Amino acid sequence: MGDLQLKKQPKKYDAVIVGSGAGGGMAAYMLANAGLKVCIIEAGYMYDPQKNITQLKNPWDSPRRGASTKLRPFGDFDACYGGWSLEGEPFTKETGTDWAWWRARMLGGRTNHWGRISLRFGPKDFKRKSIDGLGDDWPIGYEDVKPYYDKVDKLIGIFGTNEGLENDPDGFFLKPPKPRLHELFIKNAATQAGVKVIPSRLSILTEPIKNDAGRGACFFCGQCNRNCSMAKADFSSPNALIYPAMKTGNIDVVANAMAREVLTNNEGLATGVSYISKEDMMEYQVEGKVVIVAASACESARLLLNSKSQRHPNGLANSSDVVGKYLHDSTGAALGGILPQLFDRKRYNEDGVGGMHIYSPWWLDNKKLDFPRGYHVEYWGGQSQPSYGFSWGIENLNGKYVVKGKQKEGGGYGASLKEDYRYFYGCGVGMAGRGEAIPIESNNCSIDPNVVDKFGIPVLKFNVKWTEHEIKQAKHMKETFKEVMHNMGAVITWGGDDDEKNQWGLAKPGEIIHEAGTVRMGNDAKKSALNKWSQAHDCKNLFCVDGGQFVSQADKNITWTILALSMRASEYIIDEMKKQNL
Amino acid sequence: MDRRKSLKLIFTGAVAAPIAIAGCKTDDKKTGTAKTDDPTFNLDRNPDEVKYEKGLLAQEKFFTDHELATITILADIIIPKDDVSGSASEAKVPAFIEFIVKDMPNHQVPMKGGLRWLDIQCLKRYEKTFKDCNQQQQIELVDMIAYPKKAKPEMSQGAIFFSLMRDLTASGFYTSEIGVKDLGYAGNKVNQWNGVPHEVLQQYKMAYTEKELKECVSFKKTDG
Repeated sequence: MGDLQLKKQPKKYDAVIVGSGAGGGMAAYMLANAGLKVCIIEAGYMYDPQKNITQLKNPWDSPRRGASTKLRPFGDFDACYGGWSLEGEPFTKETGTDWAWWRARMLGGRTNHWGRISLRFGPKDFKRKSIDGLGDDWPIGYEDVKPYYDKVDKLIGIFGTNEGLENDPDGFFLKPPKPRLHELFIKNAATQAGVKVIPSRLSILTEPIKNDAGRGACFFCGQCNRNCSMAKADFSSPNALIYPAMKTGNIDVVANAMAREVLTNNEGLATGVSYISKEDMMEYQVEGKVVIVAASACESARLLLNSKSQRHPNGLANSSDVVGKYLHDSTGAALGGILPQLFDRKRYNEDGVGGMHIYSPWWLDNKKLDFPRGYHVEYWGGQSQPSYGFSWGIENLNGKYVVKGKQKEGGGYGASLKEDYRYFYGCGVGMAGRGEAIPIESNNCSIDPNVVDKFGIPVLKFNVKWTEHEIKQAKHMKETFKEVMHNMGAVITWGGDDDEKNQWGLAKPGEIIHEAGTVRMGNDAKKSALNKWSQAHDCKNLFCVDGGQFVSQADKNITWTILALSMRASEYIIDEMKKQNL
Repeated sequence: MDRRKSLKLIFTGAVAAPIAIAGCKTDDKKTGTAKTDDPTFNLDRNPDEVKYEKGLLAQEKFFTDHELATITILADIIIPKDDVSGSASEAKVPAFIEFIVKDMPNHQVPMKGGLRWLDIQCLKRYEKTFKDCNQQQQIELVDMIAYPKKAKPEMSQGAIFFSLMRDLTASGFYTSEIGVKDLGYAGNKVNQWNGVPHEVLQQYKMAYTEKELKECVSFKKTDG
């Protein structure tokens, strides 16, 4: 190792932002456009969707034909760098508990590959404790966030329909795409089961919108998970926020920089961030009038807990001792199978947008059920681009059905087998629930006293368990999905055999990658880390604008709310700076 | 922006877009050890991946020539040329299998062991390895392991191997240019999604509702 040095960046910024995903990207966009000087610290690689391209590649462009690797766990064409385990960056778990932790390591983070499912929280979602006595109410309500949802809809673009639903609010929607064939079958079958089905709400530009980012309209390749390099028609932080904002000249991005601590002065105010550069392994400090953490719920909590000082002995923004607590992910359970009506189907391009064209918002009243919170349902199926794993295990399928008038033995080879592959192509169908978990104090992450990562930064220890609430919800999901599959004559081939022994197929906590709650907001400084402006109670020039600030996360994917809250916090910061309060 | 114009831009963008990432090139220059087997990446690779891919390609051949010849015969029995498309070997499936067992080491023992299992069976029955058996003998043996439910208990390991071989062959073939064309997958291109084609809706006695027709995005038929 060379001589270890501590280097101070000479430039002083108005704001230092840790993380460049939805929360950090939006804050950078807002502040830079207001004329403030911004420095973004990103732990991962620099990434430019216009240069780093996987979109419109053919399966044979990947030597592994789109299969996943440890370095690209969602497949070789997926746009997100990172993974479930990172070399030299361990985390630990309390015995008998489980946590899966997705860590993106690139500019834009997981926004580069996410599902673009963009759901506003409804009025009830901010006041759950008042409804069922569990968890806590937010210090704000839908009316506080609505103006920002509206602005995000218009700035970034989203398709959907105004349905006038009480807890799934209307918005400013572009036109949705028409349902695909399997989605028409699902719609009928679900409706028959009493499950409401409406057009999905995804942040994809099905129509052009006025914008300063050079974003065009969707051309329906179905590859949003590869990030839209060609038209920038879906939302990712780099395409829609960071690169457009860099045109102001007010943003410096420091990539490959792992934040170590938020620095504070004798008055307890934040003065900047210290980080290690992965490029030269040197230690750096960068100063800012305001520090905004947006490193993902768990990384932000880790950073704050590791930022100990005389004024903040329990970690920064943590006199309440809540940082790291109330960690919760969406629940998830899924099943899938085949739809025999689609055997030997006519071929046509049904790629559509990258994701489902229809979905089911929560349609029941929990007061009449044995679990307290709801879930929404996502659907998939049809003729997709073949990739590694294509028709895997066909011996379990081709002996069960008459193929072109012939009953065959399962397995086989030759021209007859080729006929089978063609016959069954595009008949798959499946569905998944994404539900609301109850945030509880005992589900948390904290600093492991015994383990550091390769940068010498103390790591997180997770302690999370599902409760009866989530398990019962997963049971309900499975029962619902079975009924929907049955109604359309589909045959379940996986996910249909769950029972109480495996928690009804409930995904491990963390696996749905919607973690939230670790730096929650609230009016009571003894029970929350942030006030209702995403501002630390203990440190007025420190903000957290990622999923950490959530009090609860509804049965909605959280990205649209992260964007709205980050925009709201940013306006507050700009305003407070003008008033010289920061 | 006018949609036609934006589509045109998309096309130009797709063609003009740089293919390889800079990281890989500078790396070659720095080390000065560029080899002929250096991977040329046709899709985005981050620096960790470049390192990993190069490591894979630097590995020695996993299969012997004998094994690879056996794989080629098996792959072409599984996916032969027919009146729709070519064979597995025409689609370079054996090379894909050689790569994938390096990328996914969990396939290595089942594949290598399965190939040897096959040869031992053939030696016992025909006094030749599978590769050197005549076509009739090869098919006779394959018939004993190609149908897992019908396979005799003493052939169960062979049936498991053959199923893996079938799965890997299908993965390699249907993700090749020949295989994608065979399947008739019609996507992965600039398109205007206008809903399920009319004749398909009729075939399944389906129809869009008035609400859907009114609220969904639609394109004139002459476009694209």
